[in-house]
Parts: sequence; structure tokens; C-alpha cells
Amino acid sequence: MSLDKATVARISRLARIATTDEEQERLAGELGGILAWVEQLSEVDTDGVEPMTSVVEMLLKSREDVVSDGGVADDVVRNAPKSAHGFFVVPKVVE
Amino acid sequence: MTDLTDLSIAQARDLLAKGDLSSKELTQAQVTAMEGKRELKAFITETPEKALEMAAASDARRAKGEAGKLEGIPVAIKDLFCTKDVLTTAGSHILDGFRPFYESSVTTNMFREGAVMLGKTNLDEFAMGSGNLTSYYGGAINPWRAKGDNRNLVPGGSSGGSASAVAGRMALGATGTDTGGSIRQPAAFTGIVGLKPTYGRCSRWGIVAFASSLDQAGPMTRTVRDSAIMLGAMAGHDPKDSTSADIAVPDFEEGLDGGVKGLTIGIPREYRVDGMPDEIEALWQQGIKWLEEQGAKTVEISLPHTKYALPAYYIVAPAEASSNLARYDGVKFGLRVDSDDLTEMYEKTRAEGFGAEVKRRVLIGTYVLSAGYYDAYYLQAQKVRTRIADDFKQAWQQVDAILTPATPSAAFSADDPPSDPIAMYLNDVFTVPVNLAGLPGISVPAGLTSDGLPMGLQVIGKAFDEATVLRVGQSLEDAAGFDARPEGY
Repeated sequence: MSLDKATVARISRLARIATTDEEQERLAGELGGILAWVEQLSEVDTDGVEPMTSVVEMLLKSREDVVSDGGVADDVVRNAPKSAHGFFVVPKVVE
Repeated sequence: MTDLTDLSIAQARDLLAKGDLSSKELTQAQVTAMEGKRELKAFITETPEKALEMAAASDARRAKGEAGKLEGIPVAIKDLFCTKDVLTTAGSHILDGFRPFYESSVTTNMFREGAVMLGKTNLDEFAMGSGNLTSYYGGAINPWRAKGDNRNLVPGGSSGGSASAVAGRMALGATGTDTGGSIRQPAAFTGIVGLKPTYGRCSRWGIVAFASSLDQAGPMTRTVRDSAIMLGAMAGHDPKDSTSADIAVPDFEEGLDGGVKGLTIGIPREYRVDGMPDEIEALWQQGIKWLEEQGAKTVEISLPHTKYALPAYYIVAPAEASSNLARYDGVKFGLRVDSDDLTEMYEKTRAEGFGAEVKRRVLIGTYVLSAGYYDAYYLQAQKVRTRIADDFKQAWQQVDAILTPATPSAAFSADDPPSDPIAMYLNDVFTVPVNLAGLPGISVPAGLTSDGLPMGLQVIGKAFDEATVLRVGQSLEDAAGFDARPEGY
């Protein structure tokens, strides 16, 4: 499995990580190497095998659908690079 | 009295209980050691004032007759645990300045049991690495050096700062987290004990997430008994983590000295890997002999899908990481690289904030989860994971625990790490299958290489049977009589 630069550019866009031309070149090689190595999983006979969805055998608990926490907007935005009036501030997205 | 920084947790606990030692004295000794060994870069953040305040409060509680399981014991906390109002970095530039307004459940439990926090330890960025080489803060250094060689060695990873702190006598114990070996491999590299509990034994709430179906917190200590004590204070059901197990936490110290007589120990033939040094193989054989001499029966077993564990891990872990790390967007916390365009702000922030290994894994994860590839990669890996877990289930029909080497080599030089990502990933060949199957595993220091570097043996147990894992670990510790210590630091 080899990756081309265009694919690296596409997944970096999906992952929201800016990559330079030079980085894409290098990553195509590195990621392609890793993908070629994991390719061996296709040898394993997995007919009729269920994919793992729960690591240890337990049932997920349910709880009453009630508010159990909250009212801490100031704490929530305290670590934000930019905030105002209890809101996160981002660049303008609507004209 | 011996040097206070040489005490085990159990010894310190007894001295504290008898009134021969105060937490303040003990904590001051550790603070001095921590400050004196900064060249090892074990800590990203030191919290000496908080430590001495917590120690004074502990002494006051004890005076009133109240004492928890870790009462007055100074410990180090891996900088992946959120600690209230204390900088929490995950070893990453992208969390610059992040001071959580909450405390992780594991540290909350430990503090309730009287533990004193010395500081936050260094780690591979977002716990992704096996050598502490990916930390934004510069990796921690192993207090051990090879005989006649002045080069710095890595303490392993990702919990390398915790390992360095405990091996270097800067803390009596430390928390680690283990996603693919991040507690057990650094423990083996630094000659200490590291225990990864069963998935669900310790709450993941408030731990910076890497791969949520694999991450598990556990203790790193200098003795098996200390790990038993510390795990007892860390573990427990937590309604805030839906995968935390609602089962009783046993007294892990009870039965620790029960021995291995009557137990059957499995020796998996697939763990004899190509290129494994003779010294590791010899240590493994020695471990088998030690357990047999103490009355255990050993049998060869087969875990046929072992060779697929690493490739399955390198699909599952990056896939989960790519999703977990989506939250670092320059909006909610940490670093932000400004731009007039929102998407460009995300892209620039993440490009600058993440290091090379984190980017590699997020991109791999994004790829294997992307449209058209999900079934071929992620779904297939999760099926292989079922196969690996089934291998262990088969083994439990026959054996009570499994003995393997902890790592395929001793610590390597920080200047000369494995050449490519895959060679680095091979460090975790013996530890990763345990995470994929959610099982408990312990690494116990058991011998030295001819260069004088520590090597560890791993004991793997059934889900929620840490008690047997610890008991076998104790037997190995007794037989090995490992008393070597890092010199020079």
C-alpha cells in the first residue's frame, strides 16, 4: 500500500492539520510504510468473527436522565484562548 | 534511619503509623531529591508548595486518628491526569497553559486516601511513544547508564517521567497510564514495578484521552507490595466513566505472600520473537525456573494471533486518537494560532501544536476511518482484536497466569533510537496484546544485562484478577532479589 501526496493532502485537510508540500512528501512515505505493515491483518481468517465492541464483559449502565452537573460556564471558558460573556470566541463565520 | 528517599511505600506507611516519621519530613526529603535531580527532566511541573501543604494536612488528619491507604505518602502524577488548578500538558505544546478546573477521578481517589502530590511527570506527547522522545518539553532521562558508557538512556515511554522519578528516588511511587505498554515498558527500562490493571478497574475520567478502548491508569513503584497498596487507592467504580467496572476492589495486599504453589503458569511460544537478545531469553527461562522452584506448574501454551497484535493496535489506537484529539482546535483550551478564517485557524493551530508522531497517528487514524476504508482497516482490526482476546480466553481454560518477557530489549540510547516508526513500535510487542484484550499485566524487575541495565518479566492475568498477577509478581520479586540501583544520579 503506497500513499500519494494528494491523498496525504486530503487526509490532512480532513484532520484539520496544515501540511506543507515537503511534509506531504515525507508523510506519504511514512504513512505508506505503516499501512503496508498493517496490511498483514488481511491474512487473518475473520469469517464469522464479531468485531470487538466491549473490552471486558460488562453491560453499560444507564442512569436517570436528569441534570447532574452544570452552571459553571465561567470555569468552562476559563482556559479558552479567547472568550467573552461566557462564550468561546472564534473568527467570524457568517457574512 | 536509612535515607528517607529509599523507603518503600509499605515501609514509610509503617513508620508514619508508628509516629516515627511525619509526612512533612518525608515530603521534604522527596522535594529536595526532586529539585536536586532536575537534569533527569522527570517532572514537567513541580508542586513543592502544594506537596508540603498536603503533607501538613495529612499529619493533622493522622493526629486526629484518620489515615487513608496512602496517608502522607508523596507521589508523582503523570502529566496526563488533569489536576485542579495545576498545569496539565500531556507533554504537548497544544495544551499550553491549560489548568483544569477539575480533578481526575484517580487523583481524587488517591488524595482522599491521603496521598501527597509532588508534581507532574514528563511523558511522550499524548502518551504516544516508547522512549519519551516525543515530549514537547524534552524527554525524561533514565537514571540508569550502561557500564562504561556515559550516554543518556531513555526511561521508556510513555510514562517515562514517572519511571525516572521512582527509579531515581524522587518519589515513592507514581501514576502511569498504559495504552500499549506505557507503564510496563518504562518500568522494565528503569528497574521498577509497573502494573496495568484490567480495563475498567481505574476510572478514565479526567485523564487526557489517547485511545479510549485501551487506556488504563496504574501504579509504578519500587516493589510489588507498593503497587498493590497504590492500586487499592487508585481503583474503584466511577459513575463518570461508563466503562468503569462496578465491582468491588479487593484488598490487593491480602494474599500477596500466598506463593505460586498449585498455580499453573502458561509460557506462550509465540513470544519467542526473531532477533530477541539471548539475555532476554535467558531471563525468561530463569523466571520459569523460579516459579517452578516455588511450586508452580508451567506449561507451554499457544496464543496464535500474537503477531497480529501490533498491526491491529496501530489501526485501533490511531483511529481512536484521531477522534479524541479532534477537541484540540484552538477554541476551548491551550494554543491558538490566529487566522481570519476558522478552518485555517484550526489547521494552523494543530500544525503548530502537535508534534511529528502525534500528527502521524492522527493522520493514520483519519485515513483508516475515512469513507471506503473503514471496513478494510478498522473493522478488520477490531475482528482481529476479538481473535486475540479469544486466544487468551482459550489459555485461561488451562492456566492461571502467563509469564513473558516485558520488553524485547533493555533501555536504548536517547541519541540513537530505533531508526523508523515501526522499529520503535516493536518495543511494545509483548505488552500490546494485553491492552487489546483488556487484561491486567505487571512488569517486575528481574535481572541485569551484561551492561548492567535492568530487564523485566511480565505476568499477565485474567480480567479483574490483579490479585493473582500481584501474587505471581511477588514470587518473582522474592526469587530475583533485585536490589541493583541506578548509580551516578
